[in-house]
Amino acid sequence: MDLYQELILEHSKRPHRMGLRDPFDAEVHHVNPTCGDEITLRVHRDGQTLTDISYDSLGCSISVASASMLAELLTGDDLGHARERFAAVRSMLTSKGADSGDEEIIGDAVALAGVARYPARVKCALLSWMALADALATTGVNLSEETHV
Amino acid sequence: MTLHPPPAFSDQELAAIRRDFPILSRTVRGGKPLVYLDSGATSQKPYAVLDAERGWYTQLNAAPHRGAHALSEEGTEAYEEARQTIAAFIGAAPDEIVFTKNATEAINAFAYAFSNAEAGGGGRGDRFRLGPGDEIVVTEMEHHANLIPWQELAARTGASLRWFPVTESGRLDLSDLDTLITERTKVVAFAHASNVLGTINPVEPIVARAHAVGALVLLDACQSVPHLPIDVHTLGVDALAFSGHKMLGPMGIGVLWARAEVLAQMPVFLTGGSMIETVTMAGATYAPAPQKFEAGVPNAAQAVGLSAACTYLTGLGMERVSAHEQALTGLLLDGLRERSWTRLVGPDELADRGGAVSFVVEGVHAHDVGQILDDQGVAVRVGHHCAWPLHRRFRAAATTRASLGPYNTPAEIDAFFRALDTVPDIFGIAG
Repeated sequence: MDLYQELILEHSKRPHRMGLRDPFDAEVHHVNPTCGDEITLRVHRDGQTLTDISYDSLGCSISVASASMLAELLTGDDLGHARERFAAVRSMLTSKGADSGDEEIIGDAVALAGVARYPARVKCALLSWMALADALATTGVNLSEETHV
Repeated sequence: MTLHPPPAFSDQELAAIRRDFPILSRTVRGGKPLVYLDSGATSQKPYAVLDAERGWYTQLNAAPHRGAHALSEEGTEAYEEARQTIAAFIGAAPDEIVFTKNATEAINAFAYAFSNAEAGGGGRGDRFRLGPGDEIVVTEMEHHANLIPWQELAARTGASLRWFPVTESGRLDLSDLDTLITERTKVVAFAHASNVLGTINPVEPIVARAHAVGALVLLDACQSVPHLPIDVHTLGVDALAFSGHKMLGPMGIGVLWARAEVLAQMPVFLTGGSMIETVTMAGATYAPAPQKFEAGVPNAAQAVGLSAACTYLTGLGMERVSAHEQALTGLLLDGLRERSWTRLVGPDELADRGGAVSFVVEGVHAHDVGQILDDQGVAVRVGHHCAWPLHRRFRAAATTRASLGPYNTPAEIDAFFRALDTVPDIFGIAG
């Protein structure tokens, strides 16, 4: 079926940048209570740059692949780019299929576009992104808005 | 279980049953026939139930037990007749049937009786007094609805929560029965049939031990009343909870049954209109059960709908419903056994087993399995099925569950396995 793009399956079988690493500025643990999926995510920041995003995730192929894509895409990003990508992924996933995503901005995460047509799975794809936003919030960064530290 | 179960429904009978359920003829996901294997979450409804609810609103609608006009009288009569039919369905007396909004509320009503005992609360309530040093016993296989109310009760009263463990084969481990249920135990609450494992638990030894130490027993019968002939007095428990929507009835109604003398002593939970006897500004006295437990305008249309569901199931015959679902459960267990890439979570035998069949596809998350099945029109439940501790015990973040209703067919079990067999290829595991 077209939901399971090859990119999703590849990322879920061999997640990029998986594993919890030091040093880190914040660590959060998020769960999806409807299915029990879990992610522990750490973020390390050097000023405006996300120098490391590491994670340990237990979940479905969509949630694991999404975390892998996030870590690959945002590691090394400055906060401005990270906000742009975060907004683009969230917009695509909550568009009910209207927004197919821009590969220039969100990279491999465009493969998640099909998830938007399955409302029950949107939370799976968003789990790691919301965890990252939460982790950054504890370091004083709002990933949703243009407010700076 | 009988030694010689009556035969399952014939193809012709099944076709006739399925015509009674309009939703079963709809298609999903681009024209695929619906294969509904999620009756453990909620069952589908026959015309008889839909017509009964509609009939309430088109012919009878008035607030029961209030007013003296014609509609109020007829509506009250229909509401109380529904109570009689539902009582008869489980071998109970009508005054022992308390209508709630669902089984969760029924269990909470029973649990809150314990913390309301000190306040008086409409019953003498001595059997419901609970405090530090007292114990509540549940099992590791409980649905959250029969776990969290007891955790909360323990937190409110200072009582302790204890539980029976579950064996690797999915049965209750009763080896410590006498040390788990002791003189300190005031209430024992457990599932008659597990919504995950399918296990039908041995009621008799637990009730015998609980009663020997003076504890009350509540049975969560959500997964047994829809599928088995049930007689509350044969079971011997003190209270029993079930929901309407899992037994072909409407959403928005559940039942708490308790023996008359238990209800008489039981403190109230929800209070307000129509549950009273007299009221002054300083206080109130309460009506006898079941009215004292039914505050506010009741869910009469749903009660009438549930009554129609009981009549429909009685027409099918609960022995035959049980035999039919057993036959399909056998097909599910056989099919999973043939697929070495699946792992059953629950007993791999038909004895003392209901039609909830949960499994893991090794290396593939249950949500992904469910998505592949859904894409082919097969509706199953995925996740922890509101039994998270049980899933931890079986080392599974989530399982896929097929569960049965009287309208399911052997052809649907075939369709389920055809869809399941596409999973290994898609996810690159050895199938």
